[in-house]
Amino acid sequence: MATLTYREAIRAALSEEIERDPNVVIMGEEVAQFNGAYKVTEGMLEKYGPKRIVDTPISEAGFIGMGIGASMLGIRPVMELMFWSFFSVAYDQIVNNAANVRYMSGGQIACPIVIRGPANGGTNVGATHSHTPENILAHHPGLKVVVPSNAADAKALMKTAIRDNDPVMFLENTLLYGIAGEVPDGDICLPFGRAHIAREGKDLTIVTYGRCVLHSLAAAEKLKADKGLNIEVIDLRTIRPLDVDTVLKSVAKTHRVLIVEEQRPFCSVGTMLAATIQEEAFDELDAPILRVGTIDAPAIYAPPVEKNYQLPNPERVIEGVLKVMR
Amino acid sequence: MSKKSSPAAPSEPADVSVAVPSPHAAAPANAKLTTEQRIELYRKMVRIRRFEERCLPVYNAGKIGGFLHLYIGQEAVAVGACSLMGKDDHVITAYRDHGHAIAVGMDTKPLMAELYGKVTGCSKGKGGSMHYFAPELNYWGGHGIVGGQIPLGTGLAYAVKYQGKKGAAMAFMGDGAVNQGAVHEAYNLAALWDLPVLFVIENNRYSMGTSQERSSAGVLGKRAEAYDMQWYQCGGHDIYEVRATLDEALTRARDQHKPAVVEIDTYRYRGHSVADPDKTYRDRKEIEEKVLTTAIIEEIDAAARAEAERAVEFAEASPFPTAEDIQKDVYWETDQPARTSEGRIFFNNVK
Ligand SMILES: Cc1ncc(C[n+]2csc(CCOP(=O)(O)OP(=O)(O)O)c2C)c(N)n1
Ligand SMILES: [Mg+2]
Repeated sequence: MATLTYREAIRAALSEEIERDPNVVIMGEEVAQFNGAYKVTEGMLEKYGPKRIVDTPISEAGFIGMGIGASMLGIRPVMELMFWSFFSVAYDQIVNNAANVRYMSGGQIACPIVIRGPANGGTNVGATHSHTPENILAHHPGLKVVVPSNAADAKALMKTAIRDNDPVMFLENTLLYGIAGEVPDGDICLPFGRAHIAREGKDLTIVTYGRCVLHSLAAAEKLKADKGLNIEVIDLRTIRPLDVDTVLKSVAKTHRVLIVEEQRPFCSVGTMLAATIQEEAFDELDAPILRVGTIDAPAIYAPPVEKNYQLPNPERVIEGVLKVMR
Repeated sequence: MSKKSSPAAPSEPADVSVAVPSPHAAAPANAKLTTEQRIELYRKMVRIRRFEERCLPVYNAGKIGGFLHLYIGQEAVAVGACSLMGKDDHVITAYRDHGHAIAVGMDTKPLMAELYGKVTGCSKGKGGSMHYFAPELNYWGGHGIVGGQIPLGTGLAYAVKYQGKKGAAMAFMGDGAVNQGAVHEAYNLAALWDLPVLFVIENNRYSMGTSQERSSAGVLGKRAEAYDMQWYQCGGHDIYEVRATLDEALTRARDQHKPAVVEIDTYRYRGHSVADPDKTYRDRKEIEEKVLTTAIIEEIDAAARAEAERAVEFAEASPFPTAEDIQKDVYWETDQPARTSEGRIFFNNVK
């Protein structure tokens, strides 16, 4: 076990995979000489040289499309988006090429690319820089979507992502980068589609992922102390594939569900979850499924308004739980 | 100023001070300036400088969130360019937008309030530093996605021409932005359809930590040639040179609907954003000219500092937007007293 920050854990995974497989290449804006806008790739240029760690111009459609093309010949590019918010510039390449090339070729072509970077609000960077596109990405069959909440998962899931033969969209969080956790040593990969029960409980299930796991755990502790409630918190880890079985097993135990996501609720990941739970476990439910998410508007700049009102936070999660328990 | 149709040698490193007197002072755009107008140009540059310098302690005190991209060192570009605007000329730029905002005539109080995220800000606290707008002054923002504003600027030019007005749009971008596909698509549209737009590249040598040589093949402005567009290259530290070059390009755009690329050599004195490392800082010399006496310089400086101070006081005293404000200004329709659409849910406000 080592204590690593989320940022260091991703860097460790990238480094181990670079060393393991000569086809792994890391590319993106400022990843090499500048050490990464968020320092995820710090020191890697020095260690692995400019063939493996490559700075690109500000040309997301161009370099991501190029990575998709290279992956068709067996390169394993790990492309950094400085922010996932900029994926829209490369959206055509991702959804038409990466997601579809295998299908359209009748299974002849694989596309083992990883696209990674932070996707979150909460840093007052406004509407253009605060997108959380996991729902948009997961909407496209062919893409896998990974949303780690902690350092250990980030490392193990990144290793899986790089070895995976499908395009993997890896969504990190600038507000998690500095958070440390215990990370097991060694070459550990975590399969996609295996959710984690982050906290066991019997009264209500919170289904969540990413940084909202932290909000949910904080809320659960407070609800235990103040109200004696035992909340179960499920960290999905991946959105597609989705571990429905772990969720349903929990629902069969608690009979109440709150979904917590840093997503606007309109056509969100939570929408998919709520539909699936009621389709498969309607009889288990003692109350309607509720959601806590981002207030449905573009990201506001005003710092305290974004933090206290627009985004999910432990207080809003507690409110949500109490509504479901009513 | 030089008009180009062949490869140009890379220009010399920018010198901060202006040659006195400027060799461009006699250009038509400048020869006609009155003394008051000249002083006003200087005053605007100082106001931008003092405003942004005043932002720094506010940012360091944690009262400004997110990014703060300062324009320090580039003031002559925005002030020179915007001083040429007529009533049907328009401006749009990227996230390094404070200078252009003051240059088009925005009041610094709502600008500072926007940085604080206050409801009295120019975008009601919704946009922040990267998203200043003043459509009434023909200033169309403030855009956060690199290169994203360039098709918009082309659209402004399209609208001006379509409506039969005699005007042009100036679409500003950085040296890193030239590598976005959208920029090239806009170049082609503008040239193909004879749109009155100037693509103004503020070449400050760096996109974040990447030097121009490491991000761009060839001479940036020269890419215009592939689209049969005129292009210009000029220095950005002599406001007269900026004005002389852009005046010629603007006149062509307004009179003949001819687009052009104008590459302006400038320098960013601070880090990319305030939180970024600031290795490139160099000493600053004030611009001096015969029309400026020491007394005038001192008066302008004192007034600009006082103005920045008042802007901070205004911002401090203003309230934040409320939780209810989050969902205002999303749709035109939902901001009206009555809706025209049917259906209950515009916004998914979960129970
Ligand atoms: C599509 C997109 N990619 C990346 C970024 C992150 N980013 C913001 S500014 C910047 C550098 C731009 O440099 P340049 O165009 O030279 O303008 P300058 O900052 O020097 O004014 C980058 C990479 C972004 N905002 N949008
Ligand atoms: Mg630049």
